[in-house]
Amino acid sequence: MTENNKGIFDRIWDIFASVKLAVVIFALISATSIVGTIIEQQADPEKNIKVLVKMFGFDHETAYNVLGVLHKLGFTDMYHSWWFLLFLLLFAANLIICSLDRLPRILKLVQEKIHPVPVDYLEKMSVRRSISIKGKAAGVRERVSAAVKDIGFSASESAEGQALQFYAEKGNYTRLGVYITHLSILVILAGAIIGIFFGYNAFLNLPEGDVSSVAYQDKGREVSLGFDIRCDDFEVEYYPNSEMPKAYKSWLSVLKNGQVVMQKPIVVNDPLKYEGITFYQSSYGIHPDGYGRGMVVLRAAAKDGRSEQINIRVGEKFTIPGTTVEAHIKDFSPALTFNEMGRANTFSEHMINPAVYIEFYDKGVQKFSGWILKRNPKSWELPDGNRVEFVDMWGVQYTGMQVRKDPGVFIVYLGCIIMSVGLYMSFFMSHRRLWVSVLEEKGSVKVIVGASANRNRASLERRIDKLMNALQSDQKGGK
Amino acid sequence: MSSSVFFGSATLAYFIAMMLYISYLAFRKSAVGMIATTITVAGFLSQTAAILMRWGEFAEIGQMGLIRAVPLTNLYESLIFFVWCLILAYLVIEFKYKNRSFGAFITPIAALALAFIDLSGMSKNIQPLVPALQSNWLLAHVMMSFISYALFAISFSTGLMYLIVRSEKKNEPSYIFWTVTFGIFLSTLIAMGLDFMTFRVAFMGKQELIKSYLFRATFRNESSAVVMLSFAATAGLIFVIWRFGDLLKRIILSFNISAELLDELTYKSIAIGFPIFTLGGLIFGAIWADQAWGKYWTWDPKETWSLITWFFYAFFLHSRLMRGWKGRRVAAVAVLGFVAVIFTYLGVNLLLSGLHSYGSQ
Repeated sequence: MTENNKGIFDRIWDIFASVKLAVVIFALISATSIVGTIIEQQADPEKNIKVLVKMFGFDHETAYNVLGVLHKLGFTDMYHSWWFLLFLLLFAANLIICSLDRLPRILKLVQEKIHPVPVDYLEKMSVRRSISIKGKAAGVRERVSAAVKDIGFSASESAEGQALQFYAEKGNYTRLGVYITHLSILVILAGAIIGIFFGYNAFLNLPEGDVSSVAYQDKGREVSLGFDIRCDDFEVEYYPNSEMPKAYKSWLSVLKNGQVVMQKPIVVNDPLKYEGITFYQSSYGIHPDGYGRGMVVLRAAAKDGRSEQINIRVGEKFTIPGTTVEAHIKDFSPALTFNEMGRANTFSEHMINPAVYIEFYDKGVQKFSGWILKRNPKSWELPDGNRVEFVDMWGVQYTGMQVRKDPGVFIVYLGCIIMSVGLYMSFFMSHRRLWVSVLEEKGSVKVIVGASANRNRASLERRIDKLMNALQSDQKGGK
Repeated sequence: MSSSVFFGSATLAYFIAMMLYISYLAFRKSAVGMIATTITVAGFLSQTAAILMRWGEFAEIGQMGLIRAVPLTNLYESLIFFVWCLILAYLVIEFKYKNRSFGAFITPIAALALAFIDLSGMSKNIQPLVPALQSNWLLAHVMMSFISYALFAISFSTGLMYLIVRSEKKNEPSYIFWTVTFGIFLSTLIAMGLDFMTFRVAFMGKQELIKSYLFRATFRNESSAVVMLSFAATAGLIFVIWRFGDLLKRIILSFNISAELLDELTYKSIAIGFPIFTLGGLIFGAIWADQAWGKYWTWDPKETWSLITWFFYAFFLHSRLMRGWKGRRVAAVAVLGFVAVIFTYLGVNLLLSGLHSYGSQ
């Protein structure tokens, strides 16, 4: 049958079964993706104009026009464009059809049992060895059988007249490794599609103390959670004596019908998961109403050991338990530091080292005053032996969380596992076949070995050498 | 003693080994070869000790367990580890193939990379981990990525050498391909060297990001005359390589390196590197991203470029296994694949922005 006589279906099949199409799709995905990495996706147009001006030396006007064309073509959000999804679909179709096209042949190879071959075939094998051993064929037969078993093959035996042959194979199923790898890519793509259709990505900024029953998708679209989530506290932990953040931590409570059903602190890399919805620590910030809405949380401890937690606002006053000492909260700073002159100043809007300025009175007379800082425990000790610890400035910060539901993620993970298995089979295992002929000669026995492997011949060769050494040393030991 | 002493002795050892390997090739004295190997092994051990010590120091400063304190969190540490992998892979090849000739090609890369670190003045300070990197996946993901990068680097060198050896005429596509690639590779290295010489003197600021002065001395200079001159010099360099390329071929052939060996090494390093890259780079990366950002794949530039790299090597393997392509065309794919690797590793961090911006400092 010539090309021209093929039906249209066969021709399309052949195109999709070809590696050539795979190369074209690889190239298309790669080339468009490169554009996608240069043009920032779903970004502010001004940002991309800057990129174009900087990278290609366009003037602003040209860059604007170029970006306009790119936007029309879908390059500003290309990974969601119809044509990129089409490339991925073509990739999947190519993968399915080229695997199906080759599978019958491979299955035959896998299922086909190894059978004995004429001795002169062995000389054409990629790995071949021979040795002459003194003795009778019957004795040699035992030794060959044992040696073949030693290198991990379980051999069958055939006898045709004088010629005796052992034959064995291993790892025939490893030929399927490539197809398992291909399958895994399809599984991953299927998982991704399930995620797109049945899941969502949303965002939630939740101030300390607030409760929400919804999260927000792009363009402010609300998505109902089916339960309530509350932020009990948010804190940035810093490395000692540094402004480098060590952890962003939110204490979350899940509520159902007003009852707390789950509590967990989340940090980056350790999210909270409830009813298929996952909350990831993603950002944080200061409530738009500012520090005015905050509550200072202090722990006041008297000399005699009595202590009490104080929740208080700036401008209010409290008494240290069991004493007549009264404290007036005068001022607050989110990030306090002292310069060389010993003067206090605020160096950041973020709560890097919050502090309150307190004036202490005893029976109406001002005794002393000063800053009490969260990260400087020394500042907590008062001159009269009492102590005021800075615990928190609560209710000002909000935690920013990525909220995700993705029922496809398990399928993606399953695909990853299948891929690992498939790759291991394809690269680190092989289909090995072995034939050993034992021929009676005058006064001695000739053993001829032929073997082949579809990959990694060197390691097969090492095993065959081990087999030959075993036969050789047996001979020395026996005589 | 601190880790820097051991890093210093490793750099020194690789430099001495480089000279010894080259003189071994020139004079063919096996004693010289033995000493070269011994010194390389000593340098490797010293570097291993240094990495382990830094690991310990890091765990102490960052106040965390050893698993999370893997010293692979910035450009400096990753380059050090890359060199370590490269030397390890080279030593394996030397012992397995009983061929010292590659030493003369690999040790210069190692020595230059370490010298580059010193010259560039990139930050060597141990910095505590930012929250995003505090994960057990850091160890597996980054380490396996770099092991595969080192293997791909080897396939690049052997692939390029294969093209050099197998090209016959000066007008053949493969000859032109390798001379141009090699020329661009060299001129990029020279341009980066010039950047450091120019701006180290001018700024002396260690805080300065490499990003901000990459190619500023040459291709991205303010004066267009310098830019023109840089491109002209690159073209000139490519011409010189093109004109005298067959000399390089004769040198390689005289080193007892056959085309078959080069082809095998190219294939083997990719056949080992590809599954490691897939598992450690892509799969572990996706799982980590899923845990940290809530998305296993975001088409972030780093992810996209790893996928492009993955396509290149997948194509290499298919063209070799399926279509029986051997020889020069496959070698060219291996060479181009490594260009994608370099871009994934350095280019994305230096030129593009995205989530994976840890490595740029």
